[in-house]
Amino acid sequence: MLAGWPLLSVVIFLPLVGVLFLLLIRGDEESVAENAKQVALWVSGFTFLMSLFLLFGFDPIASGYQFEEKAEWITGTGITYHLGIDGISLPFILLSTFLTPLAILASWKAITKRVREYMIAFLVLEVMMVGMFASLDMLMFYLFFEGVLIPMFLIIGVWGGAERVYAAFKFFLYTLLGSVLMLVCMLFMYHQTGTTNIVQLSDFAFSPAVQFWLFLGFFASFAVKVPMWPVHTWLPDAHVQAPTAGSMILAGVLLKMGGYGFIRFSLPMFPDASAIFAPYIFALSVIAVIYTSLVALAQSDMKKLIAYSSVAHMGFVTIGIFSLNEQGIAGAMFQMISHGLVSAALFFCVGVIYDRAHTREIDAYGGVVDAMPRYATFFMFMMLASVGLPGTSGFVGEMLVLVGAWQASHWVAIFAATGLVLGACYMLWLYRRVVFGRAEKPEVQELEPLNNREYLIFVPLTVLVLWFGIYPSSLLDLMEGTVIDLIQSSGIGSSTQTALR
Amino acid sequence: MELTQTTFAAALPELILCALALLMVLLAAFLAPNAENMKTIRALSLAGYAVAFGSLFMIPAGTHVIFNDLFMVGPLGYYMKGLVLIGGFFAAWLVSDSWGEGVDRPEYHLLVVLAVLGMMVMISANDLISLYMGLELQSLPLYVVAAMRTGSLKSSEAGLKYFLLGALSSGLLLYGASLIYGYTGSTNFADIAQMLSAQEISAGTVIGMVFLLSGLAFKISAAPFHMWTPDVYEGAPTPVTALFAIVPKIAAMGLLLNVAYGAFGAATIQWSQVIIALSVASMIVGATGAIMQQNIKRMLAYSSIAHMGYALAGFAAGTEAGFSAVIIYMTTYLFMGAGSFAIIMTMKRDDVAVEKISDLAGMSSTHPLLAAGMMIVMFSMAGIPPLAGFFGKWYVFLAAVNAGLIPLAIIGVLTSVVGAFYYLRIIRLMYFEEAEAPLDKGMERNNRLILLTCLVVITLFFMGIGEINETASSIAMAAMPAG
Repeated sequence: MLAGWPLLSVVIFLPLVGVLFLLLIRGDEESVAENAKQVALWVSGFTFLMSLFLLFGFDPIASGYQFEEKAEWITGTGITYHLGIDGISLPFILLSTFLTPLAILASWKAITKRVREYMIAFLVLEVMMVGMFASLDMLMFYLFFEGVLIPMFLIIGVWGGAERVYAAFKFFLYTLLGSVLMLVCMLFMYHQTGTTNIVQLSDFAFSPAVQFWLFLGFFASFAVKVPMWPVHTWLPDAHVQAPTAGSMILAGVLLKMGGYGFIRFSLPMFPDASAIFAPYIFALSVIAVIYTSLVALAQSDMKKLIAYSSVAHMGFVTIGIFSLNEQGIAGAMFQMISHGLVSAALFFCVGVIYDRAHTREIDAYGGVVDAMPRYATFFMFMMLASVGLPGTSGFVGEMLVLVGAWQASHWVAIFAATGLVLGACYMLWLYRRVVFGRAEKPEVQELEPLNNREYLIFVPLTVLVLWFGIYPSSLLDLMEGTVIDLIQSSGIGSSTQTALR
Repeated sequence: MELTQTTFAAALPELILCALALLMVLLAAFLAPNAENMKTIRALSLAGYAVAFGSLFMIPAGTHVIFNDLFMVGPLGYYMKGLVLIGGFFAAWLVSDSWGEGVDRPEYHLLVVLAVLGMMVMISANDLISLYMGLELQSLPLYVVAAMRTGSLKSSEAGLKYFLLGALSSGLLLYGASLIYGYTGSTNFADIAQMLSAQEISAGTVIGMVFLLSGLAFKISAAPFHMWTPDVYEGAPTPVTALFAIVPKIAAMGLLLNVAYGAFGAATIQWSQVIIALSVASMIVGATGAIMQQNIKRMLAYSSIAHMGYALAGFAAGTEAGFSAVIIYMTTYLFMGAGSFAIIMTMKRDDVAVEKISDLAGMSSTHPLLAAGMMIVMFSMAGIPPLAGFFGKWYVFLAAVNAGLIPLAIIGVLTSVVGAFYYLRIIRLMYFEEAEAPLDKGMERNNRLILLTCLVVITLFFMGIGEINETASSIAMAAMPAG
């Protein structure tokens, strides 16, 4: 049915059609808001359906890129319009298209002012995210990678909380600072190779000395994005101030751009430097896992706590990636997808009660289970998934990362495992303080139970988390081939062929 | 001197503007300065720019050296003149007839036409003498229009300051020119180029060249020759500021390209040192100076200093890539400048123009479309992809990296992050804050059209970047001396 269609371009730019519709809406403020929500929801939902065709048409066995599209862009310069997906980018594209409608749904009631602009920002954000994961040209990648900043800056700054200006600026400038250093490296790579084609660049052998500097430049960008300790400080601010849906996308997809970047650029293009820097990255990641877990324990704001837990979880991702073996990288990928779903759900959990009680202070709650038993169930499930309970997707990712890390360094695995324990501490404690206990405060007693819209968000997330937890091969099979290819073609690390399952 | 049909055809745009200027002198002298006549005069000058622009396409292709080798019209000339004429057209169109501030006089348009004519001569200059002639023809009317708001102390100060520093820079330039003449024995660019490549470059030539470049750096307001810029931008009537922001720098950059890459092509190593220093200083001064500004015109003055710094970063490469990068950068600069001033000129409260940055507060709720436009322009100026400003930066830094000037590129991108801060500040005011006293509604049609044009160019730049890059490269290839 869709043979011959530039399906990838359609998926990327479909939300722009929605933007066009949004711009054309006329009427009084209320009807504009209502229509804007509908348009955004349907367009993003339809985009998700279109992206499913990518999944159905994807052949996990075949090597190389699929759904490739190539067109002239800047003639005679080796810079082309070049799209394509492999087992690494496909899951992220699906994650983005899946989370966007949910995020829009999550802001249904929470956003009351400038709804049209808000929806435009989200659809543009979706274009940027999907485009970034699908780009096979370095310049295009950078356009989308940086372009994300514009809508996100506005989402935090316009619809955020009290300290939103500070948070938005910090988010923007921090990320930009990292990215421009990557830009210089990209310019240098383009200068050396005469191409911005990611496929060709992955095969190009940069000299070790050059790799060293290029790796550092890219690291500056991706480490901020992931974020790694000690450049993570923008994240808690951004999360706390962003509206719920903004946090969902920020934690769900935007943080993954860093991990994706490491896998797409750093490993295949600078394998020697990756091997050299791996121990340092382990050190930073281990600090991230343990330190931010401890910091999370001390938080009194729910969103901040989950934000710090994100940093800890992303620490696992960087450990996995730089284990430089199949289990580690696949585990990091799995962990990213899992964290994308779980953290989005957790931020939504906070959003649900925030919408009702208008506070994120943990102390303001207690005994939520009395008023909202079903909510408590979902929250518990997601909390356990975050902790890494077997049977949830969180377990698979962390397990694989630890297996991978064990091969690379026992100590790293041991320290990282400590982080798991700490993770259980702060999450369980959070849950106890918020959900259990006696509902003594009148505000808590009067909390309304979940409504259908909220079920509509929780159920798909829960199903997927459970599905990936019980049947991880459904996701691992997609990326296994690509991960093995990556390791073999770049010659990084040891490629012990232990089966993933 | 042989005057043929080609001679005149090649100088057609200049001749048209010249005739227009003469006609306007008569009109300004005999027509009563009322609103009706002002409209006519403005329309006339707009038509003049449009016709001159059209006549660019009637020049027979190729490079023509005319008027006893004083004048050279080549691909670079066509392109830069095109930009200057578009800029001049925008600047003249931005002035509404009721603007006041002294620009509601027929002389204003006359002076601007003369200045644009001077810029055209500058771009075509092929000789130190025609260079100086063009430069002064451009500068003198600009000194006057800067002080056009009679009765305003700031405007007079701006005019005086501009004049004094301009005279100083002309002095530097002339001194440099005389040294160059003394050491090379010619004022002709081609002869100078030949001389320099044939024999060892003497210290005297280098000193002369440095003086010459300093004089030109003043015209593009590159630090440390930028002192006049913030005061003149702030003091001059806003339409004049718009003119300053858009046009003269394009012309001066065109001239600088011609001088450095053409006449001093053999001394690239020597001048690129100077350009690197100018570039670094401009980027730093521009980025840091703008942070504390309260007046939007002053802020844009610093922003333009920074932009010149970025353009010079590509310039410093001394390669074909650098040459074409500067052309691309100036193209994006034109549309960003025009777009921002189209908005600034609609900032009025109770029919009085306001120019504080804080006046923009809450604009997104009172003027949603205008605020969105301003936001796009600001993001573009900050160099955020996929907008035009990013591609400008991409090419200049690419040229710098290609030439091995990696530290320069790193300084450039770092200062662009600092720069992003103050562009974001404007977006913050418009979007994150509420208006205390909203600005007047409504935007005049001319401003609206200019803004729209600029926004289309800025947002869709990525589609045309291939063609623009190709054009710029072919210009660079034609203009660079062989080898």
